[in-house]
Amino acid sequence: MRLAPSRRFVLGAGAALLALPATPARATKADVAAAIRAITGGAPLRPGRVKLDLPLLVENGNAVAMTVGVADPLPAAERVLSLHVFAEGNPLPNVIHAYFGPRSGAPRLATRIRLATSQTIVAVAACADGTFWTDSVELLVTLAACIDDL
Amino acid sequence: MPRPLINVPKKVKRGDAFDIRILIAHPMESGQRRDDKGQPIPREIIHSFLCTYGGEEVFRAEFFPAISANPFLTFSARAVDSGQIVFTWTDDLGATQFDSVEITVE
Amino acid sequence: MRRLALLLCLLATVAQAAPRSGYDDAGPQVRAMQDDDDANPGFLWVQQGAALWSRPDGSASKSCADCHGDASTLRGVAARYPAFDAKLRRPVTLAQRINLCRTDHQAAPALAPESDALLGLTALVGLQSRGLPIAVDAGGPNRPFVEAGEHFFRTRQGQLNLSCANCHEERAGHRLGGALIPEGHANGYPQYRLEWQTMGSLARRLRACLIGVRAEPLAPDAPDAVALELYLAVRARGLTVETPAVRP
Repeated sequence: MRLAPSRRFVLGAGAALLALPATPARATKADVAAAIRAITGGAPLRPGRVKLDLPLLVENGNAVAMTVGVADPLPAAERVLSLHVFAEGNPLPNVIHAYFGPRSGAPRLATRIRLATSQTIVAVAACADGTFWTDSVELLVTLAACIDDL
Repeated sequence: MPRPLINVPKKVKRGDAFDIRILIAHPMESGQRRDDKGQPIPREIIHSFLCTYGGEEVFRAEFFPAISANPFLTFSARAVDSGQIVFTWTDDLGATQFDSVEITVE
Repeated sequence: MRRLALLLCLLATVAQAAPRSGYDDAGPQVRAMQDDDDANPGFLWVQQGAALWSRPDGSASKSCADCHGDASTLRGVAARYPAFDAKLRRPVTLAQRINLCRTDHQAAPALAPESDALLGLTALVGLQSRGLPIAVDAGGPNRPFVEAGEHFFRTRQGQLNLSCANCHEERAGHRLGGALIPEGHANGYPQYRLEWQTMGSLARRLRACLIGVRAEPLAPDAPDAVALELYLAVRARGLTVETPAVRP
């Protein structure tokens, strides 16, 4: 656990902060939009088909169970080629890109992700007919009261 | 590095979908942290993962630092023939690791 | 009738005093992670422990399995630790016992605290007792050490001037910020903590607690550290072993 910062330290830190280049510590909605555009090529996103499952209240952001997938079977011409997940409040917008090959059983995956803070997570499914589908979850990440040493 | 824990059913019916669950020991150092001297800890993550079955692709993924330490992954495959399911993953140090399991299709 | 009332009263007291596992205070996600052996990252360490178990080591070129056979023969052992060592005339933790085995029987160097190898072997042995009630001996030669451990538990220390009991007994169940204060029972170590993003020992947890109240952390293997671990085990009687537990 860190000691409470002294006023001098805070002042000094403030000055250092001013001197820093203006690089965002968090991905922004615009970063996520750009990352999504890199997948869709600017094609419209439609709500539906894909379902993103995440807890609404997260106890620890270091490992959050996430399931994303398209449950309803689709005709071959519309099959899901890939799933993509983005985080608006993490340092970087991309979380995972997943591609389903000929031996895939279902366009679905589960994993555990890191969430730096309360934010919105966005999933995008790319289908073989050139359509893109989306779902999002806004969630709350609580912080631990006792911070551990490294 | 210890071997991953891979879970697939021993036997599956031809044509059925089945789940593959894998847990890989890896710190997934995000590149966003600093050490106790304030120096940035360089990023060291598994960035790509591939699963093939009978030589054909099942699932492929690109991981980012937002994937948790000791990555856990579940995805689905379709039973076609008895054979080998092979897992390959590559990290930032350039190390590529393999593991495989056999599956019996009835 | 009076006797019945007395009995009910007594039962109520017992029910109130029953220890509550950190598992019950964890959220559904953390519990799900612990409940599913395929998804519980602690099993990566268990697997490593199992590989070490049968690997000959040291100048004696003996493996754990050469003396003990299958790891399952140690069912119930972890539930009794820390246990009194007659030769050393003091209690030792399970991790210390494993290292004593290495130095005494395998003629191998002790494994470093918090090393994956030591955590792995400890987790493997701990897992054999999963589901068994904690059965540490509070009496006999352990008694003075239990008392020393309890004394440490109840002594205010650090710049925040807090004892373990101040938080984990008097204020257990209350909140500190958004986080629930657990009773702090040590029934699942070594355990996978999301905060650590890795497996860790009780000693590591206690060090973090002491740093948290801004006290001097205990040196690994300090007598007070083992006495505290022993008292915590005595205090957790009534709970079952959950190794490898998962906690936030």
